[in-house]
Amino acid sequence: MSDRVYAKDAGWKDMVAGGYIPQAGNAEEYSVAGWRIVHPVRDDDACIDCLFCWVYCPDNAVYVENESVIGLGFDLEHCKGCGICAAVCPKDCIKMEEGSMPAEDE
Amino acid sequence: MAKLTEVRWHGRGGQGAKTASYVLAIASAEQGWEVQAFPEYGAERRGAPMRSYVRISDAPIRLRCAVQHPQIVIVLDDSLLKSENVTDGLEEGAVVIVNTSESPEEVRGKLDYQDVKLCTVDATAISLDTIGRNIPNTPMLGALAKVSDVVTVEGAQEAVRKQLGTHLRPEVLEANMQAISRAYEEVQVA
Amino acid sequence: MGVRQPLEGNNAVAEAMRQINPDVVAAYPITPSTEIVQTFAKFVADGLVDTNFVAVESEHSAMSACTAAAAAGGRVMNVTSANGLALMWEILYITASLRQPVVLTVVNRALSGNINIHCDHSDAMGARDAGWLQLFGEDAQEAYDNLFQAVAIAEREDVRLPVMSCLDGFLVSHSYELVEVEDDDALRDWVGPYKPRMPLLDINNPYTMGPLDLWDYYIEHKRSQWDAYPDAKQAVIEEGQRFGETFGRSYGLMECVELDDAELVVMAMGSTAGTCKDVVADLREQGVKAGLLKLRCFRPFPAPEIVEVLKGAKALAVLDRAASFGAATAPLFSETVSALYSHGVHAPALNIIYGLGGREIRPEDIVGVFDDLKAIAKSGQPSDPVKWIGVRE
Repeated sequence: MSDRVYAKDAGWKDMVAGGYIPQAGNAEEYSVAGWRIVHPVRDDDACIDCLFCWVYCPDNAVYVENESVIGLGFDLEHCKGCGICAAVCPKDCIKMEEGSMPAEDE
Repeated sequence: MAKLTEVRWHGRGGQGAKTASYVLAIASAEQGWEVQAFPEYGAERRGAPMRSYVRISDAPIRLRCAVQHPQIVIVLDDSLLKSENVTDGLEEGAVVIVNTSESPEEVRGKLDYQDVKLCTVDATAISLDTIGRNIPNTPMLGALAKVSDVVTVEGAQEAVRKQLGTHLRPEVLEANMQAISRAYEEVQVA
Repeated sequence: MGVRQPLEGNNAVAEAMRQINPDVVAAYPITPSTEIVQTFAKFVADGLVDTNFVAVESEHSAMSACTAAAAAGGRVMNVTSANGLALMWEILYITASLRQPVVLTVVNRALSGNINIHCDHSDAMGARDAGWLQLFGEDAQEAYDNLFQAVAIAEREDVRLPVMSCLDGFLVSHSYELVEVEDDDALRDWVGPYKPRMPLLDINNPYTMGPLDLWDYYIEHKRSQWDAYPDAKQAVIEEGQRFGETFGRSYGLMECVELDDAELVVMAMGSTAGTCKDVVADLREQGVKAGLLKLRCFRPFPAPEIVEVLKGAKALAVLDRAASFGAATAPLFSETVSALYSHGVHAPALNIIYGLGGREIRPEDIVGVFDDLKAIAKSGQPSDPVKWIGVRE
């Protein structure tokens, strides 16, 4: 955890009135890798860069650069393994594979 | 002791008892009295009997309940004499003003309690004559001016201008002024 | 200088809203507060205010829009009654938790069922734990004056909490009476410009409002909110004094009538206090040491201040215009006696439940309460602390 959220042991006097979190966007700090039981794997050779996976991903976990996802993989800190990317892929080139991480990372 | 005058209006929904009580309050306030005016709301149905109240005092008014023992009762429609007990809570010497074509003597027999100063005026005929519609509430203020010091004819007219001036066409407003003056002239006191 | 003019209670409130000129009003009309919304909407249409009036499809939406508009950084007001307030219930808590200074006029009316449009305090009492401040006005003048103070209190940097300004349905809302209407500029100066705290539209300083908040922080946030109310109480006192310094009518947490040496004390909120004042004056003339505690500020509940003025009483009657079904006693009584007990004061006390659904409360009813107090002062605490009055057996 960074200083963008309260310390674990913060007391009630440390709270910002209204229960606000002083900075925006701190969900980025939170890893949901442990929520997954399957993870997405893209066949980059079959991918046509339609960007459907990027558009539909509810967690912004599909990396994209210069309007292309090929070769960039997924943000596995924020992917929850929901499988929407695989379901919307028109070329069926994303598979949800067993385990929370690719085998080589385990 | 504060001098407190309490007025009860009896009317039917749509006859303007609420407006008349507000106009009376405005007129009395202009004459320097403390005032409070409020209708008794039930189911708000056109034609259903309803009451409206005014308190007029030389001291701030703090009471917040219906008027129980009014010194003045104003009846906008003489058919209410059958269905409503308009003398409810009255004490000796109270003033009752009834809009009717009958004389005070004829009306007195219809009251449950008769120890009152009874006044009659044909406000319906006056309003038909002047305004062209049966709107007895404003002329009744003229009749009241004759028998009480809580309002004058001029005060009632000014208050009607204030309260209704923006709603009525000029000629209708003028007709209301005439109706008030005529009722003041024509009211019969027993 | 103010001008005394005859105004219907609702119009006095609408006039106050015009003078405050809020940024946003999102309201859904309901009897007996309809005329406030109607009149204010006309002010908007006529260009007399700069307010963005949002017509919404329910009170739930109204309070949602108001809370969001306040979070965005606007000065926000709203109006409702009874079932409308009940429909806002979920959002009321959120407004207060997010520390948004929304000001809501509540024209008090009985909650259904059965359907009733007349006055009691069951609506406001139902919202008493939501975290809003609650001021109760006795008459149209107080309803008018309270609204300016509500805005000033809510927006203070040491408060930042929503405020309900309550007035009795029909009894005040539809009563024509003389109201001293102050000068527009003087009032706008008094209320002052709004300086929003951390507005969401300040895009250069983003932060997170209203996040998921579980066992790990929620209770710290609630404890922090709890700490806001003593400051809010002080703000009610100070703004009431400041209003008096400018306009000549001072306000506090409560109004004490003949309490200095009172032995028999009645406590009430809202318009009934007016009737009680007349009765106390009559009883004093007869030599009875009667007194009235009119509570103006129900939230924050001024416990020590109430104890201070009640500690000499030989018998106390607390008048509740609401029932708390299933509870041992009604809300105002419960909180008052709890305050007394926790400060070591144990005067015999009677809880009067009255006036539900607009049932008349007359001077003779209040005289009857004082008769009960005379008996209790001699005999001690009655076996049943609750007595309903004005109800047919």
